[in-house]
Amino acid sequence: MTEWDPKIVAFCCNWCSYAGADLAGVSRMQYPPNARVIRIMCTGRLEPEFILRAFELGADGVLVAGCHIGDCHYVSGNEKAEAKIAMAAELLDVLGIDKRRLRLEWISASEGRKFADTMKDFVDKLRELGPSPLKGVTQ
Amino acid sequence: MSDEEKRIGVFICHCGSNIAGFIDVPAVTEYVKTLPDVVFATRNLYTCADDGLTSIKESIKEHKLNRVVVAACTPRTHAPLFQGTCQEAGLNKYLFTFVNIRDQCSWVHMKEKEKATEKAKDLLRMGVARARLLQAQDEVKVGVTSAAVVIGGGVAGMSAALSIADQGFPVRLVEKESELGGFVRNLSSVYQEREDAGALLKTIIDRVRSNPNIEVLLNSEVISADGFVGNYDIIIDTKGQERNDKVGVIVLATGTREYIPKGLYGYGQSPNIVTLTEFEKLVKERKLPKLSSVAFIQCVGSRGQDKSYCSRICCNVSLKNAMNLAENYKNMRGLEGTGAVVEAAAPKETPSEGGERRHGRRGRRGGAEESEEGGASEGPKLEIVIFNRDIMAYGVDHELMYNKAREKKVRLVRYTPKNIPKVSVDSGKLVIDYWHDTLQMQRRMTPDLIVLATPVTSQADAKEISMMLKVPLGQDGFFLEAHVKLRPVDFATDGIYVCGTCKGPADIPEAVSQGIAAASRASIPLARGFVQPEALSAFVDSEVCSGCGNCIEVCPFTAIRKNEHGKAEVTIAACKGCGNCGATCPENAIFMNNYSDEQLLAEAKAALQEAKG
Repeated sequence: MTEWDPKIVAFCCNWCSYAGADLAGVSRMQYPPNARVIRIMCTGRLEPEFILRAFELGADGVLVAGCHIGDCHYVSGNEKAEAKIAMAAELLDVLGIDKRRLRLEWISASEGRKFADTMKDFVDKLRELGPSPLKGVTQ
Repeated sequence: MSDEEKRIGVFICHCGSNIAGFIDVPAVTEYVKTLPDVVFATRNLYTCADDGLTSIKESIKEHKLNRVVVAACTPRTHAPLFQGTCQEAGLNKYLFTFVNIRDQCSWVHMKEKEKATEKAKDLLRMGVARARLLQAQDEVKVGVTSAAVVIGGGVAGMSAALSIADQGFPVRLVEKESELGGFVRNLSSVYQEREDAGALLKTIIDRVRSNPNIEVLLNSEVISADGFVGNYDIIIDTKGQERNDKVGVIVLATGTREYIPKGLYGYGQSPNIVTLTEFEKLVKERKLPKLSSVAFIQCVGSRGQDKSYCSRICCNVSLKNAMNLAENYKNMRGLEGTGAVVEAAAPKETPSEGGERRHGRRGRRGGAEESEEGGASEGPKLEIVIFNRDIMAYGVDHELMYNKAREKKVRLVRYTPKNIPKVSVDSGKLVIDYWHDTLQMQRRMTPDLIVLATPVTSQADAKEISMMLKVPLGQDGFFLEAHVKLRPVDFATDGIYVCGTCKGPADIPEAVSQGIAAASRASIPLARGFVQPEALSAFVDSEVCSGCGNCIEVCPFTAIRKNEHGKAEVTIAACKGCGNCGATCPENAIFMNNYSDEQLLAEAKAALQEAKG
């Protein structure tokens, strides 16, 4: 690897945030190319284990993005996600990983701007935090 | 299946220059060839075009592909097309996966070709990793309730209802007001030929009323909707009486309301400052005051003043009303004295106005024509001014009407957002002080009536309906279609469709077209008689299931129940594949079709392959 640049895994729900990410593209909003999006049907699908695994695999940050509360395509999956993410954040803390490396955002299908701004902001924050402490640790 | 040899074919789209202009597609293609199980990789100018699709079909046969990856725009619009292509070539559509390298890569990293190319390689590595774990799925066929509900009885909703009913399907047309007609009920006439709005509505309402397939439910609202395409259980509330009903599809046509310009241009300070729709009502009810001078102000509360958007129809409505006043004022007034708002209205000649008039006459050859008209029985000519930022008389007929209005001496005075006309009310008299941008002069006008052209806005209950049906609203509160160009009357959710002004400003021809379009889309599942929900459902491994019931608790669709052995069991037709149960199961006994733990983790692993420092 040449110069370190934060690597982000972004779990986006199919109905809101993935569509919001598409809208950022349709609107040609530019943001740094640090994130790799994994499409899931609902943020409620995420097991805390996936997040821990992503850090174990070398992610510097994990973004989870879903529908606004009340707007979930599956009624209340995002509320369950919120609880699970909070739990994952506690676990990260125990493991000595800064909680700010895990971010939960509600981004609707019409919020392309918010998606782009979130990316910019998250990359900036991760640059301040530096590489993840798990980087280089063997699995 | 794990012993089967995987043969993955990858098709990378240039999308003209949309992708290839910002990503090194040849380099990505070469890279993909090095990935495990990829036996074929190629690039197409447009993978979605005929030759692109043919190349997929031929390659499946020639290279015995059993997994297909397309890297292109976005799965949200194009996955179904490529899945269909795979199926035509005999490949199960669940053995296809999509990699988004346009909307989420080339279009958002346009100035960083090298990094965008690296990202595209990563995304393809993730797609291939996912493809290796894909499994063929069978879609269950589910029957359809052959009936539709149309929510909203305006012109869009009525057009949709008629079109579905004419195809032979029963329709419930649910209108919350006590009459059909929607927003158009407010109007006196419609552009361009100033047809009587009431007569136009009556034609449509009569057709709806006489159609045996349409059941009109007035004073009614849909208060609950559960289910999925083809099978919705709804509850219709009519004045407190609830009725349970079953329909296959839902068409949303809840319409619009006018923006009320509180605090703008003296609105509320005088009965003679009205909105465009209030003006229509005055005309319709023949309550128009005696007038010698009228000012229209365009873009009130729209285009950044409060709402961000252009309401599109108001320029044409104001032009129509201006033309009506110019040509037809006497007839519009009706009988003398009926509800006149303005007591006395003498022709106004403030010094500055007079100066401008002289200026205007000198500058035009039409002076003779004007005096001829002015000499007609109407007495002094009515002064009509339209203050505008720019007139959006789009289309052929509208532009002709605009030209005609100018011929009729309707004055179009431009203003800029930085220098808007100032309205004041001086002991009951209306005053407009404005900067005349062409003359570069400060001027004053004292009209008898000011008409504010405000935008149409979303309905008060839009949010509530959006949450009930789980369909999105856009930033301005209008319903958001699945794709503005490719799926303009669909929601992303199958079985629910949208038309008319609840999805944005539209005039009558547009609302009717959208209504008919939505009806055509909604009739597809009804005509086919069955639907095949995507095979995304959850499966419970009853050997592992401990019967704790956590999954039953989190399922938003009550699609899981405990069977006679005390184990969780999924009702496939009711399951929507959200995966909340899978994420909750403490035993890992729930498997999510097409979004399995293994697939998601393989993607994450591929994403981070280069990341371990």
